[in-house]
Amino acid sequence: MQLEFSPEEIAFQQEVRTFIAENYPENLRSVQDEGHDLSKEDFLSWHRILAKKGWIAPAWPVEYGGTGWTATQRFIWSEELAAADCVGTMPFGLSMVGPVIYTFGTPEQKARFLPGILSGDDWWCQGYSEPGAGSDLASLRTKAVRDGDDYVVNGQKTWTTMAQYADWGFFLVRTDSDAKAQEGISFLLIDMKTPGVTVRPIITLGGEHEVNEVWLEDVRVPVENRVYEENKGWTCAKFLLAHERTGIAAVARSKRGVEKIKAIARTEQDGDRPLIANPFFKRKISELEIDLTALEFTELRSLAGEASGKGPGPESSLLKIKGSEIQQRITELALEAVGHYGAPYFRGFGEGDNEHPIGPDYAHRAAPTYFNTRKTTIYGGSNEIQRNIIAKMVLGI
Amino acid sequence: MDFSYTETQDMIRETLSRFLADTYDFDSRNKMIASDSGRDPGIWKALAQDLGMLGAAFSEEHGGLGGGHLENALIMEELGKVIAIEPYLQTVVLGGGALKAVGGAIADAVIPEIIGGNVIIAFAYAEPQGRYNLANIRTTAKKDGAGYVLNGHKGVVYAAPWATHLLVSARTGGSGSEANGVSLFLIDANTAGIVRRDYPTVDGFQASEVYFENVAIPGDALLGDEGAGLPLIERIVDEATVAVCAEACGVTAKLHSGTLEYARQRNQFGQPISRFQVLQHRMVDMFMDVEQSKSMTTMATLKLDLPAAERMAAVSACKAKVSRAAKLVGQNAIQTHGGIGITQELAIGHFFKRATMIESQFGSADHHYERFERLTLAD
Repeated sequence: MQLEFSPEEIAFQQEVRTFIAENYPENLRSVQDEGHDLSKEDFLSWHRILAKKGWIAPAWPVEYGGTGWTATQRFIWSEELAAADCVGTMPFGLSMVGPVIYTFGTPEQKARFLPGILSGDDWWCQGYSEPGAGSDLASLRTKAVRDGDDYVVNGQKTWTTMAQYADWGFFLVRTDSDAKAQEGISFLLIDMKTPGVTVRPIITLGGEHEVNEVWLEDVRVPVENRVYEENKGWTCAKFLLAHERTGIAAVARSKRGVEKIKAIARTEQDGDRPLIANPFFKRKISELEIDLTALEFTELRSLAGEASGKGPGPESSLLKIKGSEIQQRITELALEAVGHYGAPYFRGFGEGDNEHPIGPDYAHRAAPTYFNTRKTTIYGGSNEIQRNIIAKMVLGI
Repeated sequence: MDFSYTETQDMIRETLSRFLADTYDFDSRNKMIASDSGRDPGIWKALAQDLGMLGAAFSEEHGGLGGGHLENALIMEELGKVIAIEPYLQTVVLGGGALKAVGGAIADAVIPEIIGGNVIIAFAYAEPQGRYNLANIRTTAKKDGAGYVLNGHKGVVYAAPWATHLLVSARTGGSGSEANGVSLFLIDANTAGIVRRDYPTVDGFQASEVYFENVAIPGDALLGDEGAGLPLIERIVDEATVAVCAEACGVTAKLHSGTLEYARQRNQFGQPISRFQVLQHRMVDMFMDVEQSKSMTTMATLKLDLPAAERMAAVSACKAKVSRAAKLVGQNAIQTHGGIGITQELAIGHFFKRATMIESQFGSADHHYERFERLTLAD
């Protein structure tokens, strides 16, 4: 065991740092700094740069377009991305359906879908949750009935993030109503332009349009777009959720978040002292930082396990629980740090509205971000469900 | 000792509760917020003229019902139950509180207008650098003949876009956070030289950045003695802090009951989620925090007229506890609802937003623990 990077790893870190500095889009930087909502093009501009470089999917096997980096290199990569405050790439293709397709898909499916995920030409969304199937995902009722070479799909999905931009969606559908809940589910890839697919916005507490309802009415899906066997979709679903959970720890991004809070606390005044000199506030920052270190080294241990051949297992639930709680505490502290200026409601710039928003730049999004980040302990399998998983799968009780 | 309410107090609560049930459902509130002025002025008029509610906390000589802190608290609690966006806190508790404290001609002139619903007051006290320190003021009031000239910037002044009057803290002397030299003024909101930038707040109110640019105000705008206004400001802010805690009691009670109701009807894994012990215990924790918020608010309300040091310790104890409760109850209400709790579609998220803003209004939990320690834990 050793903590220090090797000379090769340091050289790699430098290479990555230089690449980001030289290639990160300027206009994207200013959009982020002013606290605007990011458009589809904003996300894609950085995605395409990484795709061109061949660095878009470091976690994928090399044969499918991965980089062949070691776990340490991937760690360095995510650290550098976060340190430079780069926008994240959308996980739905790269971290979710991509791995499902290269693990369970047919050669035709791999050839058809993986290139579009890598290039960014296909934007993906996730059709899992339903109004009646949240934590109890396996109770989902969206139905797919075989009709010749097609399935005919009917039902409603919800919390579908960024579906308003999506070209494709991966959906869990019920193909056998008589089987036990988990056993009658199939995993379908659906072209979002198919007749019968309707996407309706859900507006969240900060005023954002991030999530949607997706209605499916007699949507015809070719059988060839089913991944893995009929009625075995739950295997793909579980595999995907475990993959989703590792990234969900968001350590590198949280580190950056803690640094931002320190910067705010040095700027903000608390009466006669800077906020950073307030002993209560200072203690909360160190508690956060220490908890984040504990999470970081738990993740590193888990990654080391993965590198030695163990896939992400139930212990990734620990990363999800602690990671999501830390993300929430960061937003909580950021809101606390801005004091009175958490209250003004910043709705972005309207057309032709060039007036500078109220309060310091770092305050504009503090409250909406706090409200919105309540989602992290709910999505990707709520933290209650994660605790059930640990109890059952790790503790065996 | 007697913790029961009088018949009049019960009647105030019932009347108000019935009125708000008829006028302040979730959709109506959304419509008020979305309207041009961000409120429905008819509600305020009705509270004043039809219900006589704005006089509950004023003396009979001024045309009120002869009540005080308890009436403010129960009205604020009822307003909290519908997350009302009425400027009661600013106008009656803060403005009215200051006027009751100083008395005299200005009180005789303005209080009946408050009771009649003709006056709305906004409290311009906070400054960007001052955070929760009431004495950290850079706005100045320079003596000019018989009057004063105001210069400075007040931040996040709730209800300012609706106000007929501004209650303004300013320095007539001293500097930094010095206690001496702080004065309090009640001025016409339309005085020349007052510049406002109005905006909505995340919890549904309207607020402003208020800039004073050589604003000439008359000498009789001064409340109390020149340069000795800090104790008065501390007193009305303590009264307002307890009023906000009372509002929090209403807000958190609704967060809790709404969560309970949801958990009973939401089915997962073949049963209502209210059957899961982990959620039961969470809802019990929420319940205990709601109850203790009520206890602390009662305690602090009854101690508002004690000598300053005792009053301050009681108010800080109350606010520290209620701020923590607002966070616990709000966060757990959302978590128990799941995704639907984060949408604009359900009232619960809007209660959560108000609860979040209450956490730091007139000082965060940390601020009040620190003040409590300063007053009660000598080295």
